[in-house]
Amino acid sequence: MSDPPSAPRPESAPTMSRDEVSRLAQLARIDLSGAELDHLAPQLAVIVDSVAAVSSVAADDIPPSSHALPLQNVFRADETRPSLTPDEVLAGAPASEQQRFSVPRILGEEP
Amino acid sequence: MTTPSHRTVPDVVAYDEAVARYDPVMGLEVHVELNTASKMFCGCAAVFGAEPNTLTCPVCLGLPGALPVVNGKAVESAIRIGLALNCEIADWCRFARKNYFYPDMPKNFQTSQYDEPIAFEGYTDVDVDGETVRVEIERAHMEEDTGKSLHVGGATGRIHGASHSLVDYNRAGIPLIEIVTKPIEGTGVRAPAVAKAYVAHLRELLRGLGVSDVRMDQGSLRCDVNLSLRASADAKLGTRSETKNVNSLRSVERAIRYEVSRQAARLDAGERVVQETRHWHEDTGVTTSGRVKSDAEDYRYFPEPDLVPIAPDRKWVDRLRSALPEPPAMRRGRLQTDWGFSDLEMRDVLGAGAQSLIEETVAAGASPASARKWWLSELARRANDAGMTLAELPITPAQVAAVQGLVDAGRVNDKLARQVLDGVLAGEGEPGDVVTTRGLEVVSDDSSLSVAVDRAIEANPDVAAKIRAGKVAAAGALIGAVMKEMRGQADAGRVRELVLEKLS
Repeated sequence: MSDPPSAPRPESAPTMSRDEVSRLAQLARIDLSGAELDHLAPQLAVIVDSVAAVSSVAADDIPPSSHALPLQNVFRADETRPSLTPDEVLAGAPASEQQRFSVPRILGEEP
Repeated sequence: MTTPSHRTVPDVVAYDEAVARYDPVMGLEVHVELNTASKMFCGCAAVFGAEPNTLTCPVCLGLPGALPVVNGKAVESAIRIGLALNCEIADWCRFARKNYFYPDMPKNFQTSQYDEPIAFEGYTDVDVDGETVRVEIERAHMEEDTGKSLHVGGATGRIHGASHSLVDYNRAGIPLIEIVTKPIEGTGVRAPAVAKAYVAHLRELLRGLGVSDVRMDQGSLRCDVNLSLRASADAKLGTRSETKNVNSLRSVERAIRYEVSRQAARLDAGERVVQETRHWHEDTGVTTSGRVKSDAEDYRYFPEPDLVPIAPDRKWVDRLRSALPEPPAMRRGRLQTDWGFSDLEMRDVLGAGAQSLIEETVAAGASPASARKWWLSELARRANDAGMTLAELPITPAQVAAVQGLVDAGRVNDKLARQVLDGVLAGEGEPGDVVTTRGLEVVSDDSSLSVAVDRAIEANPDVAAKIRAGKVAAAGALIGAVMKEMRGQADAGRVRELVLEKLS
């Protein structure tokens, strides 16, 4: 059995633990079984570590970037445009009532 | 046999006892809805009170492929708010996604700012009962408002007991500025008063900037109250609770009082204060436990990829700074001096929200004293009867000045002037028109007054005799009779002169 091809991993690279994946799944409301966690956590770790390899290439003269295009200050004039009609808006709602989206009962989860 | 009763911890301890034993520390988060025409990232109208889900589009509904674009006016307002709060304005900042699952946002995230707020490190000086308290500002950041949920099936539209919830996304995406204070320390027993004064101060400041309607009753100004207690001013900060949606000035004061009393009871009993969100109940004046507060990392903030960074041009910022209105406290002081009002009179003016109205009335030609008199007595009473604010009354400062002008010119007396006000408020036109159409002009020509005085003397011979005998005070009865006959449309001073002339 040969070793899997491994991306160069900097010493400080973050790696995903099973617990972290479990916690993220919880926050993302994804119900993962123990077996699924066992299966997915190592895969996610490989992906994250591969992405982290970028930081080993980036030198100090390269600022971190969050956007693909070197744009800033793109503003819109404060002008109104027609909105959708309620019928259009609610067409995609699983259920509606009183011209509102009907959603399951909310239990004290206000942000 | 009785079972030994458990030692029960009281829910609250008396406020005065609580602050005698503990030092309260507050943090206030105020959300301000901007009064832009359109939403933060799309062209839907940003207005209050429209029919549900009539002001939404693919962007504010977060439909796939929709691309948000920042409302430049909202950024300008955010910078102006930051400057008015003596904040630094970021050279460069980004929006971030605050990820959470709650149906008040259809996108499963709220576009906000995280570690790069547009404004930070400021302060504002608040007048608390005549004393200045400096409140340090941590940050003011841009975000979008959320939708409005209606909880169905519960008794009072609250979350608990609801069978399902109905959501209206008209409000989702309205530009919102969140202003966060640093911990406010050292206020002691005055903590509730300081908090209330701060929110009132902020409301005045924002109104002066013209960036928001600042209507707490309509939710365009909302307050979350963080409070913790510690044993003494030099002890480290205690665990805080965050009471959400405290939406009137009075409630801000009450909610803090309550939390001080509640947390003191926990600490007295040797328990710990739980770090949690709490709900404020306006009707009962208590807070109840909401949920255990999420850590910031639970929201998995990350830079918003669909919006490019904002790097406010320094010249733009300088221009906005130099165009800021006079700060409210300074303006207040200047106007009080100009008008020659006492502190008490000025407090009444401010309490009635009449400062700008009086300023404009004076600018339209009325004396400060007469402007104050009309707005704070007659018009205040009518506003109160109609359940309106003074500014909402259908009368302009120029019209009030015109009414006073009629009084000054002797065309109407005070009593008739009140009827002129009624006419203007009823939509009968300008004050001069009301005088004409209602026939309210004071009768000052001596011939008709003289006839009326003669009639009054004839009808009241005994009163007339008293006056002839030197009892001038009795003249009031005759003047009253004349005024009655003239239906109030006479110059009472002139009537008195005539009575005394005829009976001397």
